[in-house]
Amino acid sequence: MSTPAASRDPAQRVFRVKPSRPFFSLDVRELLQYHELLYFLVWRDVKVRYKQTALGVLWAVIQPFAAMVIFSIIFGRLANIQSPYGVPYPLFVFTGLLPWQYFSSCLTSSAQSVSGNANLVTKVYFPRLIVPLAAIVSPLIDFMFAFIVLLGLFVFYSYPPHWHAVAIPVFLGMALLTAFGAGLWLSALNVRYRDIPYVMPFIVQIWFFLTPVIYPVTLVPPRFHWIIALNPMSGVIDGFRWAVLGRGLPHYGVYALSALMGLCFTVSGLWYFKRVERTFADVI
Amino acid sequence: MAEFAIRAEALSKQYQIGQLLRRHDTMRDQIASAARAVAHLDFERKPRETIWAIKDVSFEIDQGEIVGIIGRNGAGKTTLLRLLSRISEPTSGYADVRGRLRSLLEVGTGFHAELTGRENIYLNGAILGMRRAEVSRKFDEIVEFAGVEKFLDTPVKRYSSGMYVRLAFSVAAHLEPEILIVDEVLAVGDVEFQRKCLGKMESIGAAGRTVVFVSHSMPTILRLCERVILLDAGRKIADGSAGSVVAQYLHAQAGLSPAHREWPDPERAPGGDVARFVSVRVMDANGATAETLDVREPVGIELVFDVLRPDTPFVPWIALYNENDAHVFSAMDTDPVWHEPREPGRYTSVAWIPENLLNEGTIVVSPSLNTFASGGRAILQASANQAVSFQVFDAAEGDTARGNYPGVWSAPVRPMLRWTTSSERAEARVR
Repeated sequence: MSTPAASRDPAQRVFRVKPSRPFFSLDVRELLQYHELLYFLVWRDVKVRYKQTALGVLWAVIQPFAAMVIFSIIFGRLANIQSPYGVPYPLFVFTGLLPWQYFSSCLTSSAQSVSGNANLVTKVYFPRLIVPLAAIVSPLIDFMFAFIVLLGLFVFYSYPPHWHAVAIPVFLGMALLTAFGAGLWLSALNVRYRDIPYVMPFIVQIWFFLTPVIYPVTLVPPRFHWIIALNPMSGVIDGFRWAVLGRGLPHYGVYALSALMGLCFTVSGLWYFKRVERTFADVI
Repeated sequence: MAEFAIRAEALSKQYQIGQLLRRHDTMRDQIASAARAVAHLDFERKPRETIWAIKDVSFEIDQGEIVGIIGRNGAGKTTLLRLLSRISEPTSGYADVRGRLRSLLEVGTGFHAELTGRENIYLNGAILGMRRAEVSRKFDEIVEFAGVEKFLDTPVKRYSSGMYVRLAFSVAAHLEPEILIVDEVLAVGDVEFQRKCLGKMESIGAAGRTVVFVSHSMPTILRLCERVILLDAGRKIADGSAGSVVAQYLHAQAGLSPAHREWPDPERAPGGDVARFVSVRVMDANGATAETLDVREPVGIELVFDVLRPDTPFVPWIALYNENDAHVFSAMDTDPVWHEPREPGRYTSVAWIPENLLNEGTIVVSPSLNTFASGGRAILQASANQAVSFQVFDAAEGDTARGNYPGVWSAPVRPMLRWTTSSERAEARVR
């Protein structure tokens, strides 16, 4: 029989394979043990994405840049949406697009993550959470490259950076949290219901217009701000913009409510994912 | 005292048939059935048909054992491995697993076609649970074992299928878990590589690690495992020494003849009015009935028959066939005593097949009693087609016709020949 001393040795530790309890269980220590797998899955995604493309990582820069040009022409010029506080509209829209594009590529890659790795899920054991986790980490690489473009725009418009920028990691963290929560739901649902990929374009598009990316939050009367803030990405984008551009007043209430909503996404996502992950290999 | 490595207690796994056939429902189905339920059209839920892929399987495997799992397709072998590997969850029961367990259910899990050989070694290593430092340390060994040095920086999509499999197995073979679970992966790759794989598996076992191994190849099972568990329809139906369980499987499951056959009722025994069989059996050198025999042992085929008429001579005869229905050889008793008719009574003849003659695998014996007539004709007085069968295995200890070569060895026989070699010293050789 195993003694407490023996159980610390991995060669002697006894693990019991049994039907898991339906209640919430999260083995963080095990997740940490598999951090190298997370690293390699992200590394694989990034490596494979740009293999055999002529422009390679340049796509990470071209995509948000092209979107910025299009939105600047359509909304900035034709629809004449005013960016607040005299910020040039292209700069205004790019600061919104940057976190949004990170978030939307998280949604798309998360949704496919577990079913796309079916060959792993049915053949090897590892904490399944690693898969949707990798799906929100790899788009960060694209985010970094797009961030360089943002710095270029600052130079182009001779726009001075602001000390608010220290708050960027906070809003980035909120974006990660929201993306993880939504990704957990989508990846787990997609194992059972393969309708998800067909619904994704609508989800992404509707969510985009519900989020103040191409329009400022100030376009909405302050008494409705709480409705806007129920969408966790509102707080992320408005906050990111405030931190990067350094103009206007921070909407603390919006940030707090959005952060809370992001947390709700993640907690409920974890609950659902853990509940169904034990049947992944049987259903996938 | 060896401690257990795996202890399974009433392990069971139930699948819904729908889950197996139609892998995923669509949301529409769910919404539609919910709508029907609400509208009271479908008030009673139809119970879905279920199947137990594994039912109440219990066993204990000690540390350092190499255990084979056999059974027909659909017997639950792969499900059992998936449960032990924590890929799917049991429906009930449990299994305790001591130490790190790694499973190899497929060669090349997680290989990405676009990545190079080098990149895939690291990726695959991480997927199989190796640390990066561990992969780096064993990198050269892995590459050398796979023999792909020249193609390390080529995407694996340009590899031949043989190279791909070699590289994939090589990564897996360098895992060092306490328990290794292997599902029929040796069925791939060329003969030369299979040989290396088998050698590697044997050395893993020799190093005191526990190996659980599923295979359809009975010679491989007999060579690697001392103990075998037989599954049928999700239940464990035998667990014991490799030889006896393999024999039970081949006889009962695959419909092969037993090692001993008797005809207690003379009316139904094979034969005519000249002679009639009473029993036939396969025995080892000590005269004990044997279902599996080491290739290094002689094999006795014992024919018991009654002579009924004192006027017709005949000769006892055996014909041997292997599992591919190839005729291995026929033999008869050449003693001149058979040229004359024998007195009525019960006779027992034993044919001894020398050691180191048969190849590994299944041998089916068809004995007969023949009278040779003029013009080269033979008259069958009694014929017991496929009366008995037995397994020949090679313990691979290096002293058989195989030498140290553990790979595939075809042909019905594998005699151990006497070889002589002479040489002449090359005069012009400069030392």
